[in-house]
Amino acid sequence: MLLRHTTKEVKEREGLTINPAKTCQPIGAMYAALGVHGCLPHSHGSQGCCSYHRSTLTRHYKEPVMAATSSFTEGASVFGGQANLLAAIETIFSVYDPEVIAVHSTCLSETIGDDLQQITKKAKDDGKIPEGKYVIYASTPSFVGSHITGYANMVVGMAEQFAKSIGEKNDKVNVIAGWMEPSDMREIKSLASRLGVKIVLFPDTSDVLDAPQTGKHEFYPKGGTTIAELISAGDSKCSLAVGCISAEPAAVALDKKCKVPFETVDMPIGLSATDRFIMALSKAGGVKVPDEITAERGRLVDVMADMEQYFYGKKVALFGDPDQLMPLTEFLLDLGMIPAHIVSGTPGNRFEKRMREILERAPGANFRNGAQADMFLLHQWIKNEPVDLLIGNTYGKYIARDEDIPFVRFGFPILDRIGHSYFPNIGYSGSLRLVEKILGVLMDRQDQTALEERFELVM
Amino acid sequence: MQAKVNLPDPSLITEELINKYPAKVAKKRRKSIVVNDPETTPEVQANVRTVPGIITQRGCSYAGCKGVVLGPTRDIVNIVHGPIGCSFYAWLTRRNQTRPETPEHENYITYCFSTDMQEEHVVFGGEKKLKVAIQEAYDLFHPKAIAIFSTCPVGLIGDDVHAASREMKAKFGDCNVFGFSCEGYRGVSQSAGHHIANNGVFKHMVGNNNEVKAGKFKLNLLGEYNIGGDAFEIERIFDKCGITLVASFSGNSTVGAIENAHTADLNVIMCHRSINYMGDMMETKYGIPWMKVNFVGAESTTKSLRKIAEYFGDEELKARVEEVIAEEMPAVKAIIDEIRPRTEGKTAMLFVGGSRAHHYQDLFTELGMTTIAAGYEFAHRDDYEGREVLPKIKIDADSKNIEELKVTADPDLYNPRKTEAELEELKAKGLEINGYEGMMKQMMKKTLVVDDVSHYESEKLIELYKPDIFCAGIKEKYVVQKMGVPLKQLHSYDYGGPYTGFKGAVNFYKDIDRMVNNPVWKMIKAPWEKAESESLEASYVAS
Repeated sequence: MLLRHTTKEVKEREGLTINPAKTCQPIGAMYAALGVHGCLPHSHGSQGCCSYHRSTLTRHYKEPVMAATSSFTEGASVFGGQANLLAAIETIFSVYDPEVIAVHSTCLSETIGDDLQQITKKAKDDGKIPEGKYVIYASTPSFVGSHITGYANMVVGMAEQFAKSIGEKNDKVNVIAGWMEPSDMREIKSLASRLGVKIVLFPDTSDVLDAPQTGKHEFYPKGGTTIAELISAGDSKCSLAVGCISAEPAAVALDKKCKVPFETVDMPIGLSATDRFIMALSKAGGVKVPDEITAERGRLVDVMADMEQYFYGKKVALFGDPDQLMPLTEFLLDLGMIPAHIVSGTPGNRFEKRMREILERAPGANFRNGAQADMFLLHQWIKNEPVDLLIGNTYGKYIARDEDIPFVRFGFPILDRIGHSYFPNIGYSGSLRLVEKILGVLMDRQDQTALEERFELVM
Repeated sequence: MQAKVNLPDPSLITEELINKYPAKVAKKRRKSIVVNDPETTPEVQANVRTVPGIITQRGCSYAGCKGVVLGPTRDIVNIVHGPIGCSFYAWLTRRNQTRPETPEHENYITYCFSTDMQEEHVVFGGEKKLKVAIQEAYDLFHPKAIAIFSTCPVGLIGDDVHAASREMKAKFGDCNVFGFSCEGYRGVSQSAGHHIANNGVFKHMVGNNNEVKAGKFKLNLLGEYNIGGDAFEIERIFDKCGITLVASFSGNSTVGAIENAHTADLNVIMCHRSINYMGDMMETKYGIPWMKVNFVGAESTTKSLRKIAEYFGDEELKARVEEVIAEEMPAVKAIIDEIRPRTEGKTAMLFVGGSRAHHYQDLFTELGMTTIAAGYEFAHRDDYEGREVLPKIKIDADSKNIEELKVTADPDLYNPRKTEAELEELKAKGLEINGYEGMMKQMMKKTLVVDDVSHYESEKLIELYKPDIFCAGIKEKYVVQKMGVPLKQLHSYDYGGPYTGFKGAVNFYKDIDRMVNNPVWKMIKAPWEKAESESLEASYVAS
């Protein structure tokens, strides 16, 4: 057994987290910053942080992930990291010539009290930021929140530090993407274009983290929200925040700074959440939903109806991040499945309350988020009440193998398969893909375990 | 020895690499970029601070301590004291394989333990939570040992992980608990963490069990972390030769084996950079000499086995080693003969690790390929120029912060395995006893040596040299491949391996052949793009 020491008996823990269902803020900030065109993310901390984040993102995307670090040493940790950051800014603009450097803090720089606002101001005052170039920042201490809140904080930084209002609203809708894949951002742009809504999408990692092989390494790939777009976001007529945890804080910041009213919707995972997303986007854009999209929806409902027998009553354990877990749980319920055990390391009352509401349809479900809501606990719950399906990131494969559970990879990080960054996981087409994946593992299981006389040709 | 391939003028290349840097940065980087001469081994600036913002391959001290040295031991519960990320990123990502004795034996490698430090702990201290976490780990698993790893905030807020460990160890009585002050900001790279790990393992584990076990030729394998099963292949060869492996530091190892390591009669060192401290300290305290070996490459494996047999000086062992080599080599030779015509004359660059950039050159040599540029990510001058430069290395502020253990001969257990005269005799026979000649003496004249290469420099090097293969790590993998050059990961082996010993050499030959000759590299241009450039050419010729 791979996880041979995991006990069935659940004992409350207060100090020890085992097999976490989250990671730390800075990696989220780095990911978000890659969604700005011409941006070099910068990690203000020890070298290890930057190295670990780049490695993890690279393993997930199989793509270049460029980012720099302040390379703290013991001296910097004692005397403050200002000199390191100023030196880094100078080196980066000379050597790598980005449009913008997006600096995020780490547990180290936050513990010693480095003030990124003050240091970036000093860089500007000292002439270290060339004309027409930018340095933005976000405070992302690793001892607060999770990778998801780190992402949210960097997106807030983009909204607060770029968006400007010239006082004349245009007819665009800001779509603020929660933590989702480049393929999902591409899908949002495609849906908006098919709806006929003009949007400013930020951040946007499509054409950055799914770049083509051309024989040339584009240090700044063609994708990413441009600075001009980010500035113009202050004059959009409204914003749609896609994800109440990872996107809404930026919408709030934009409203505060530039009076752009906003609406928050769930990430469009599954039928109901995609319905709400399409309604919200069409309302924001003042357009009617075209037949083409209604037909796409219809194809998803058709498959849900035709295959209902394979979903009905199946128990599911899942783990991951809040903005995915909320609509995903709802979707599983819509499919007639039973979400049995759910954990997420990301803390927060709003997330918890919303999950409890969704789970009113699944009495008896175990749900926990925040401290000690880890995969060790999830595994223990599974040992006490087995499930038919496990959904989560790659680390789930250890539980899936030990407990012999069909497993669908969904979330971050996915280190051992491709597809998540190329094919949408959201919208009606992404939901159809998810349905296909779930059916695939459940039916493969039936094919592997059916008695010979009950082996089915047609399913 | 001069490279068979045509190399661009290396002195011009040095200028190309640094001319875009701000003056101060250029001045600093120039000292880390050296045109090699194996006769004179010019000085390479190494183990110094990385320029902030330059985009480095390097990681941190914690990664070197927990990730590299302590990670592979399967029956220690490794608790990371700090925010969640540090433990998360080091969770199973280094591919340290391990093979517990039975399905019931302990294996915690698949687990990730953290105190998940929160803001309140940074403000009010995290020691209390740490002790609760240690207690919970003990109650849940009753492990033989629990190790605590400090992350950046821990050192700054003043949590004393050593005191907490001592207290819990005394409380349990049957579980060894010890801590490492391996905060990420210590030193200038992973290297500081290696040293800190060596010190801790030496202080808290080595020497705890004096039982002398059976075996005529007993050694420890130092600096072999069983990535992709490398240690398994070496174990197989040792077994076949009748050599007893007491402990491995630390691939496929256990607490019990490490506690007993001082009963061996020789330490052989693979990764000099990460573990040479252990060799030195065991030499001083127990009288066990160490010897540099290399099991990467079939020829290197052969040489290393012969050196080991020579060290023990036993005719029967020497004969057995020759038998094993004779048995193993034909299979290797058959593959090499088939592959070599396809790899001969090709070029490689290696920018990785603290030993690998040296070791893997042997495999490329066996393939008839030339290493045209190489450098380490976190090595010191002795890894480049050889240990004879040690007295000349200036200790800077960053190195001074890493504890140097004061080790003396153990009054009871010190037992020199060889006399000074015997050691001198062995050295005269070419055995690297308590020594390492470094990378540069093996590299050809006019090749380039670059320490802590930056992203900018590596792109330039590829542009100027157009190597057939580039060896580095995951962060560089897809960058280089986007340039149309295959990149072999030498930390994770691209999820393949083993690459050590005879079987490993064969795996490597096949992988490199596949990579440098893969048809995909010729498919990058779409037919219409090709057609366009060809028709342009054609029309040009026609006119």
